[in-house]
Amino acid sequence: MRMLTFANRNAKEIIRDPLNLFFGLGFPLVLILLLSAIQANIPVELFKIDSLTPGVTVFGLSFMTLFSATIIAKDRNSSLLQRLYTSPLSAIDFILGYTLPIIPIAIAQCVICYVVAFVLGLTPTLNVLWAILLIIPVSLLFISLGLLFGSILNDKQVGGICGALLTNLSAWLSGIWFDLNLVGGAFKKIAYLLPFVHAVEMERSVLAGDYSNILPHLLWVLGYSIVTLVLSVVLFLRQMKKQ
Amino acid sequence: MIAIKIKNLTKHYRDVIAVDNLSLDIEAGKLVALLGINGAGKTTTIKMLSCLTKPTSGNAYLFEKSICNEILAVKSLIAISPQESAVAPNLTARENLKLICGIHNFSKQKTEQKINELVALLKIDSIIDRKAGKLSGGWQRRLSIAMALISEPKILFLDEPTLGLDVIARSDLWNIIRSLKDKVTIILTTHYMEEAESLADKIAIMANGRLLLYDTAENIKNIAKAENFEQAFITVVKGVQK
Repeated sequence: MRMLTFANRNAKEIIRDPLNLFFGLGFPLVLILLLSAIQANIPVELFKIDSLTPGVTVFGLSFMTLFSATIIAKDRNSSLLQRLYTSPLSAIDFILGYTLPIIPIAIAQCVICYVVAFVLGLTPTLNVLWAILLIIPVSLLFISLGLLFGSILNDKQVGGICGALLTNLSAWLSGIWFDLNLVGGAFKKIAYLLPFVHAVEMERSVLAGDYSNILPHLLWVLGYSIVTLVLSVVLFLRQMKKQ
Repeated sequence: MIAIKIKNLTKHYRDVIAVDNLSLDIEAGKLVALLGINGAGKTTTIKMLSCLTKPTSGNAYLFEKSICNEILAVKSLIAISPQESAVAPNLTARENLKLICGIHNFSKQKTEQKINELVALLKIDSIIDRKAGKLSGGWQRRLSIAMALISEPKILFLDEPTLGLDVIARSDLWNIIRSLKDKVTIILTTHYMEEAESLADKIAIMANGRLLLYDTAENIKNIAKAENFEQAFITVVKGVQK
């Protein structure tokens, strides 16, 4: 009950910020529309709607990191967390309260991207439902990153690290906007050591019904999600003690 | 009855001694001001008493509950209104109050009752449905105090409650704080001499983490042989610095 009250507050804080709505929902849609328009004029395999949409749904999650990190950093900065640390809320209430409300937002973002993709010609199949379902472990990874950065950075630093660096990293190293084989070498190796490209390829495989290709990518995503979640919990608890 | 018993409370941050062997007793229902220049140890003392920071050594008992070993029991007795606004900015003032009620598991009926009570006490009815982040500093402080009072604490910590407020807002807030005296034990930190003198039953002057004097404003003036309280404070603090 306590945790849900806190989670409800966090959801309201995020949803009521117009910038969050623009970046969380508007920006991924702009990307789908813009790149589909490019695709219509200059056909690029990567920008076909069934390849582009899973990529954008993953890229859009980098804004969930920004939401999650920003709200925690702001709560630390405004001393709201200090006030709440003297309340009966437990450490687990805080962690769940910051994590859970962003999952439905991430799912909503994914659903909206697919609705627009249907309008642009994507064939509605059962695989879309699986793609939306499998966005949950990916969103956990991005939300955990937010918990992690929000625990160690102030709100200005969060803007730089999550708003600029992470969105760029998840864009370049995910194979959404260009084929990683075009760069190859160390760049491609690094990309495949990170979770972003695996998340995108997993979503593309799900949508294509290529089920045998899902598990290896899912394991990468789950591995990173678990490690990031554990690390973020440790760092959150550390800053809680530092109060 | 003793509300707070502080025994040799000490806090070190690496090689800095933030609070040094602090001992004092605070009676229930009284308002005590912790007064000192920057770095005196006021905020660290409040953080230790409210279980936000563990003491390096020593202990304190809030209504006989130890801040070291009985943290949950202590938390049920206290509330804090921190130095910064500490409100949820995109929530209305009413939603902020509801948030705290929810965190304390109040029923719907009790939530409504407490909100109505505090709206009347802190005279925040005109801003109750406005977003907290859009309120002026004075209104945010009132809301912050209302959020602290909602759990019916026995001990209330007010960390620099009037910092940055204009004269009228400060005066209004003083009246509110005065109205709480005798009902709640209040520990208030401040930089403002007149605030401590006007509000506090007793004043603890701190410097470099140490307690220099703990007495009424009148007695402190007599001890320092000063005409006014500000002069007395300067004499006490400079005396130590020499």
